[in-house]
Order: sequence, then structure tokens, then C-alpha cells
Amino acid sequence: LGHGSGGRAMADLVSGIFREAFANPFLDQGNDQAAFPTPRGGRMVMTTDGYVVSPLFFPGGDIGSLAVHGTVNDIAMSGARPLHLSASYIVEEGFPLADLKRIADSMGRAARAAGVTIVTGDTKVVERGKADGLFISTAGIGELPDGLDLSGDRAEPGDVVVLSGSIGDHGVAIMSSRENLEFETAILSDSAALNGLVEAMVAAAGPHLKLMRDPTRGGLAATLNELAHQSGVGFRIEEAAIPVKPEVAAACELLGLDPLNVANEGKLVAVVSPAGADALLAAMRAHPLGAEAAAIGTVVADDQQFVQMTTGFGGGRIVDWLSGEQLPRIC
Amino acid sequence: MAPPPAASAAPAGRVRVRVVGAVQGVGMRPFVHRLAADCGVSGFVLNGADGVTIEAEGGALDGFLARLTAEAPPLARIDGVAVEAIAPTGGRGFAIAESRAGRAATRIVADAATCPACRAELFDPRSRFFGYPFVNCTHCGPRLTITRRLPYDRPQTAMAGFPMCAACAADYGDPANRRFHAEPIACPACGPRLSHPIGEIAAALRAGRIVALKGVGGFHLVADARAEAAVAELRRRKARDAKPFAVMMANSASLAAVAAPTEAEAALARSTAAPIVLMAVRPGVLAPSLSPGLTRVGVMLAYAPVHHLLFAALADASDPDAPNPTVLVATSANPCGEPLVVDDADAARRLGGIADLVVGHDRPIVIRCDDSVVQVVAGAPTYLRRARGFVPDPIPLATDGPDVLAFGAHLKATVTVTRGREAFVSQHVGDLDTAETVRFHRETVDHLLSLLDVAPDRVACDLHPDYRSTALAEAFGRPVVRVQHHAAHVAAVAAEHGVAGPVLGLALDGHGLGDDGTAWGGEAIVVDGARWRRLGGLAPLALPGGDRAAREPWRMGLAALAACGRLDRAPAFFGNVALAAPLARRLAVGAERVSTSSLGRLFDAVAALAGVRAVQDHEGQAAMELEALVRAPRALAGGYDLADGRLSCAPLLRHLADARPDAAETADLFHGTLVAGLAELAVATARATGVERVALGGGCLMNRVLAEGLDAALAARGLSVLHARKLPPNDGGLSFGQAAIARGADITN
Ligand SMILES: [Fe+3]
Ligand SMILES: [Mg+2]
Ligand SMILES: [Zn+2]
Ligand SMILES: [Zn+2]
Repeated sequence: LGHGSGGRAMADLVSGIFREAFANPFLDQGNDQAAFPTPRGGRMVMTTDGYVVSPLFFPGGDIGSLAVHGTVNDIAMSGARPLHLSASYIVEEGFPLADLKRIADSMGRAARAAGVTIVTGDTKVVERGKADGLFISTAGIGELPDGLDLSGDRAEPGDVVVLSGSIGDHGVAIMSSRENLEFETAILSDSAALNGLVEAMVAAAGPHLKLMRDPTRGGLAATLNELAHQSGVGFRIEEAAIPVKPEVAAACELLGLDPLNVANEGKLVAVVSPAGADALLAAMRAHPLGAEAAAIGTVVADDQQFVQMTTGFGGGRIVDWLSGEQLPRIC
Repeated sequence: MAPPPAASAAPAGRVRVRVVGAVQGVGMRPFVHRLAADCGVSGFVLNGADGVTIEAEGGALDGFLARLTAEAPPLARIDGVAVEAIAPTGGRGFAIAESRAGRAATRIVADAATCPACRAELFDPRSRFFGYPFVNCTHCGPRLTITRRLPYDRPQTAMAGFPMCAACAADYGDPANRRFHAEPIACPACGPRLSHPIGEIAAALRAGRIVALKGVGGFHLVADARAEAAVAELRRRKARDAKPFAVMMANSASLAAVAAPTEAEAALARSTAAPIVLMAVRPGVLAPSLSPGLTRVGVMLAYAPVHHLLFAALADASDPDAPNPTVLVATSANPCGEPLVVDDADAARRLGGIADLVVGHDRPIVIRCDDSVVQVVAGAPTYLRRARGFVPDPIPLATDGPDVLAFGAHLKATVTVTRGREAFVSQHVGDLDTAETVRFHRETVDHLLSLLDVAPDRVACDLHPDYRSTALAEAFGRPVVRVQHHAAHVAAVAAEHGVAGPVLGLALDGHGLGDDGTAWGGEAIVVDGARWRRLGGLAPLALPGGDRAAREPWRMGLAALAACGRLDRAPAFFGNVALAAPLARRLAVGAERVSTSSLGRLFDAVAALAGVRAVQDHEGQAAMELEALVRAPRALAGGYDLADGRLSCAPLLRHLADARPDAAETADLFHGTLVAGLAELAVATARATGVERVALGGGCLMNRVLAEGLDAALAARGLSVLHARKLPPNDGGLSFGQAAIARGADITN
């Protein structure tokens, strides 16, 4: 019931049911991963994720590489160095073995490229009709350097919001392959492991870096709204500063989508204190996955905790935190 | 308006009289005082939060009680008078006692235009109020916009910071004076001041400048409406391409030179509410860019002393009632979708880039209130926007029910609070797309609840999960009743007419989320109390691109071609639109899976096919321009199909695609065919349900050709027609409909 798109309804569901059932301080950190001390000293982070994507193969990736990138990124957003992953496959009976092998190979390649190892796994085959081809669940762990404390509740008025590159690529790539959209340039998913970029960012900005998050489902809009609530602040962003590839913008226009609500799988948002912003941007732009990094706005004090976007002619609007799909609203 | 109930019960000895209604701030106590002196009655009158209380004995007590309601002051509205006999005290004289606090069962009245007596003083060199831009009396002036809380006494208003001078105090205390207990009384010696001399403002306007002028409910942007350069420059600075501007004129004697109002329209413009009235204008008088593509313009008459002074200065005239050739643009000063600017410091900051001169004053506007907009439809006024001059007049409800707070729609939002058998609908709040408007919505909720002293039992909102009003309702912390958009539209019209039983509604609208998750907007719905049922409506069209289709009528034009099997004609109609070809291909293979039964989108489609416009600059623009082209609506024979409650205009669309009549012909055929089809839909639904009262609700009823066409067609078929008269038919009335339904809803589950 509208819980599929990673928006507000999903957030409500999560806090409403699981937070209560599992209640503990690590879960209450409210991030995409949890950091915890290990019995032998030091801190680690852990994350888990489920992947359901249709189609399984899409321009720029497949469910296997996507599962690695998503998990690695969730660990990396805490500033931790991702180490090991698990992979659990739920396969529908009759799923082509050749496809399964292609996906597994892709997953292995992606893990090696990201510098992580898939150390354990599980496979279940379910009856026809009980799964949409293939689902993958992962868990991942990483090692958190001493002294690093990145968290979604740390944004403060005056901080700078940085985006690592163009938005909407993944969602539009998926949609255009699903909908057979013809465009002059093929739109590829941005699916990528961001741990290398994160390492460079942590090194450059040090304690000035407050938090990072990857705007996956629900897009940049959902991520900024989540962070606004978690930190108890508002955001003011500039539409003109947000990179969107022309072909992605064109596809969004045709389909009536707002790129801000479209998913990404290889981008991150960072919040940094003003003193560290220049160094952070320089380090990001020096990395291939942050070449188009841009400061897109600032954190502001706001008791209503809105994400506001300045559009052309000095106008502005609230960036929606949708409960699900984009529904028409103009009466 | 119904005559006030007369006081009954034969008085003997002393009586206690309680008067409830709009009886505070309207000169009720001085009137009672004068009346008591006239009748030789002794006792007292006092304002309490629960109304006006009078104790009276002796003299001509019978006559006193009869004249109390019969001769009440012009702005008073008496809803009830209760008389009880009490023990005589034998006291002498008649006093005005101090106010008492308590639950606020009485109310503030709406702001009223400067009365003739004050206008005369304004231009009388012998008067203390000569040339004073804040003159007012108990029969006119600001009320709601300066009142923080009840009871209505000077310390509770924006006048708290202006101690009266000796002359004003004398008037205020003199029962024979028109300003006896006029709370906003002020004069040049003691009252608020305008930031600039009238002469300087007039000079700026004469030079073609744009002035931000603080008025009653907020700032206006003002410019010479006959100077094309000034109007075009205002458009440029406001970044508003084509949305029509309203104009202000000095008085009703000046109207004829510019406009051709009907008597009903002129009377509305002259009323104490002084709304913007849509009326036909004479060609060639006003600047062409004032209202491109439209034949009617919104006209209001000067309603505040500062307006009268300004008009007099611009025409070098000293008679405020003589014809005055000046026409001024007077548009709400609200930059880019934000609420009306009310604060002086804010004005300097937010309007500095738009206005050449920002004119404020030191009387704060406590409650922001836009100008109301009305038009005459089927012989009576209908609101397009309800605010200054009408709010906070309550709407009586037919039944008792719980106290409800309703949050309204996402666009054109208003707030409704019900208390007992009355509903209080807020002024127009606006589109909840900016943080400032959302804050205004919150303030409006707080202000209404505190003014009415209501703690709602439940809250109501739309079904749409992403209306910001829905989020506000969910966060309020009371049980939430979610009301389907079009059921609320119909319920609003039914409830304002006091209909308690079942009513058949035609909800003719832009968009609302249906309870099946699809997009609705042209529905036949039976509403009966809190229950409702959809019985039919328009056949759906594809909605390519969701809300983008509402901004880009060419998309709906393609959807219409697809619906009538003429997609092959797409290049002929939309060959110059870059995305038309790929979208036509998507439509051809059924890839556009979202559809809508909206009449608003059908209007967009036809406007696009007529070549009226492919992209709109503001909501409803294409439909308004299409309406403006109508000469004589005419139904196309066989232009619609009606089967199983589904009305399809595909035959008409096919005709438009094949024959491609010109825009005016298209407008005539579409309006005529639509009225005929909708009337038949209503008749079929009425026959199926046995309900013969038809309520017309939804934003499309702002189209006068449609509303009057349906009025005539339904009446001709023996159905009784209910129009939205006390609230706008558009989403501005939605909160009231939500409240009406939520009052009867079962929230015990
Ligand atoms: Fe509506
Ligand atoms: Mg995750
Ligand atoms: Zn007066
Ligand atoms: Zn005075």
C-alpha cells in the first residue's frame, strides 16, 4: 500500500513497527547502518539490505552488482571501510541458470572491484510465482576509524550540503528499459561503490565532515527530508546547482517525473561545516565518482523542518517527501 | 439574509436580555444605550465573550425590546435574543458596563468598507478626520484583521498601542456619537500614521511607478492600470506572465467609463464587503497586458480611507463620490506563491525588488486577509475566493455535531472549524507549496481555534497522502477522518444549503484522489450525511505525465486524440511540440497507464485542440481562455455517449480532430455538448436513485458558461439545482465539505 517507493510511508512503517519491536540504542541511531563497539575494542558498522529490481539486467548494471554497491555504500556512508559481505539468494523455480551465473559473476566482480569479500551465502529456491525471478539479501560489515562520528543527526544551521554528482540516472535507466523508451543517448545506471570516494572525503575534510547518505529510493528529496527530521533542521537548496544529465531531464519530462524523487545508486550527499567545504569539494572532484560534485545548498534553522528549493526568478517551493509514487495533486 | 428573530415574552419589572450573533464591534452597545434613553429604560449593557447582555427595567420596555432587533446597526447580525424576567432593582440611568471574559460564543465581524459618513468627514476640511487615512466608526473599518482575540475591545486589537487623545476619548465615551465605543477610533492626534504623504504616493503612480501599499488585510501592489508600460513592468517584476490583475476604482459612479457591470455586479462591488467583482470591461480603456485573453476583469471599489485619498489626489478631486477616471491595478503583494505580505519590515525586504515605493503604516495587520473575488452566476453571487469582507461570518449547519477542525486541500487551502451548529471557514490561505504558506495555515488553525475557544474532537483532511494539509492533520494529534475530495466538494454545497438528506452531486473538478487510488474529477456522487457513493462520471482520459499534464494542455490534447482513436492526427495538432511524437507513441501502445476522469483536464484537452494554448502559465488559464471565446454554446448532435453512468465526449473529440473547427466554434460546441451530456448524466442518476436535488461542486463551476448552462438544463429537466453560494465551488470550499462529512463519521473504530 504505497510503501514501495522509499518515501514517507516507508519511514513511518519502519519507525512504527520495527523500532518498537527491536528497540535498542544502535537501531535508534536511525542511519542506514549501525555502529557498535566490538568486544575487543574499536568500532564496527553493520548493514543489511534486500534487493528487488525489475528488470534484473538494466543498462549499467544488474541486480548482482547493485547488491554489492548498495551494501558497500551503506557501510561507507558512516565513514567505515567495508570489509565483508554475505549474500542470500531467493530464486524462483525455473529461473534460467545462465542468468543466475551471469548475476553471480557480476556480483563477484563488483565485490573485488570494491575491495570487499563475500564471505558467506545462502540459496533458497521457492515455487513458481512466489518470487519475481530473483531476490538478493545482503549483510555487510566494515571497520570504523577511531574518532570518526558521522551521523544523520549532526547537520547544523550554516553547514554546507554537497552532492557527489548528477541525480536520477539509476531510476531513469531502470524505467527506460522497463518502458522501452528510445533516446539518442543510452541512459546508464550510476550504480557504483562509493567507498573509495568516501575515503578521499574523510581524508580531506576530517572532523568538518558531519554526515553522508546515499540518496537511493525516494531520491535526493527523500534523503534530505529524512536528514532534516533526524537533525531537526531545514535545508535550502538551489535547483540550478543540482546536476541532472540532459537525457535524464528529458526522460523525466516525458514521463512527468521530478528527478529529485528518482533513485540513485552511485551518489552521495554530504553535510560539511563551511570551513571544510572547499577542501571536501576539491577532494571529491579529484575522484572519478565525484567529478561533478557540487555544493547544492545549506542547512538552515527551521522548526517546520522543510527542504526548500530556490527555483528560477527567486521563487521557491517545498521539496516533497512523498508517501509513495508521485500522485497528481493539481486540482 | 433572514430577518432577526424578535424578542418575545411579555416583560414585567426587570428583564435580562442576551443577544448573540455578530453583535460586537458593530456599535451595538451605543445603539442599545441610545435606545434605552429613547424609551426611558434604565439598566445596563455589557459585552461578554458570550454575547451582549442587557438588563432593563421601567419606561417603554416593550418598545425597547421590539426596536432592539428591528433597528440594530448596519453591521450587526443578530442570531438569537433570549429574554428572562428578573427581580427589579429600581436603579436609575442606563450604563455601559465593563467587558467580561468567558467562552467566546460571539464573534468578530468582517472588515467593512469606509461608510458614507466617514468618507464625508475624510474630505471635510472642518472635520478632525480631514485627510486622515485611518478614519473609521462603528459602521465601518477594520475588524477581523486587527483583532487578536475576543472579546472585541481595544486592548485586544492592533489599536492597543495607540492611547486615545482627549477628542477621541470624548467621542468614544459619548453615547450620542457615531464612534461611541468604536474600538479602532483614531485621529491625526493619536492614531496610526502612513509612512508617506498621499501626494508623494500619487506622484509616483502618475510617473508610472509601482507602489506597494499597505491596506486592510495586507499589502497591494499598485500601478496605473491604463498605462501599458507600468502594467507590463509589474508583470516583469512579479515574474507573472499572464495571470489577470484586479483593478480598483474610486467609486461606483466611475465604473461605467471602464466596465459594463450588470446591476447585480455593481451592487456587489458597492457592498460593505467591497469584493473584487468579475465584470465585462469596455475595450481599449485598460492596458492590454492587464488580463490577456479574457473579456472580464476583476474590479473592486476603493474600500479604505487611504484608497479614497489616493484616488482624490490622482484626479485632483475633492468629492469622493464623483466619477473619477483613475483606474489602478491593485494586486495582492505576495512574491512567488508566498502569502500576502502584511508586515512593514517584511514588505521592505520582500517587495523591495518589485515596488519602487513601499508605503506602510504603524497599525499592525494581525490577521492576513486577501481581497475576496466574486462573480454573478445564474443571478446570484458566487465566490472565486472568499476572504476580506466575508470572513469570519459563520455558516449555519442543519444539525448538531461534534466540533471538527478540517484542514482543506493542498491548493487554495482554507481551514474550517465547526462549533455547535455553526461552521467558521477561514479566509483563503493559499497553495501549500511554500514554507510561508504552510506557516500561515498553522497560524490560521491556531487563531480560529483560540478565537472560537474550540478543542476539536476530531480532524478532517483529504484522502490524498501528499497534500501538505493532510500531513498537518496527521500531526495534529486527534482522530483523523479522511474525506474523498469530490465527496467533500458535493457535501460542501449540500451543507451550505442546509440539506440534511441525500443529495446528488456533480463534482466537476481538476483532480482528486479517488478511493480506488485513481485520479477523479468529473463524478456523479450521491452524498447522504457522512456516507457517499460514486454512481458514474466522465469516461477517463490518459493523464500523461501526471501533474505535468495540468501545466501542459498539449499532453491532454494528445490523450484526447488517443481516446477518440485519432492519434494519427497528432502531428497536425502538435507537430511543433518536441515531446509530442514520443508521447504519442507511448499513448499508442498503452504505456501511459495513469488515467483521469477529470473535467478540468478535459477542458485542457479541448483548449489544446482548439489551439488556445499548449502550455499554461497559471492554473486554469487554458480553460478560462476557452470560456472567454464562447459566443453561444451549442451541442453537437451525437456529440457524447452515455452508458452505465459513464459520459464520454469521444464523438465530439473525434469531430474536433477531423473537422478542426476554429477556436470560437470549438468553444461553443464543447460547452454546449458538455452541458447537454452532464444534464443527461444527472437525469439518469437522479432516476436511478430517486434523488432530485443536484449540488454542483468543484473548480470547473468557476466557469460561468458551464454553471449557468447546467443551471438552466437541469431546471428544464425538473431537477432542483444547488450552487455554491456561501463558499467557493473550488478547493477553497473543500475544508467545509470535509468538516460536514467528518461531523457525521464514526470514529470509534
Ligand atoms: Fe477540487
Ligand atoms: Mg540500505
Ligand atoms: Zn464609518
Ligand atoms: Zn484622536
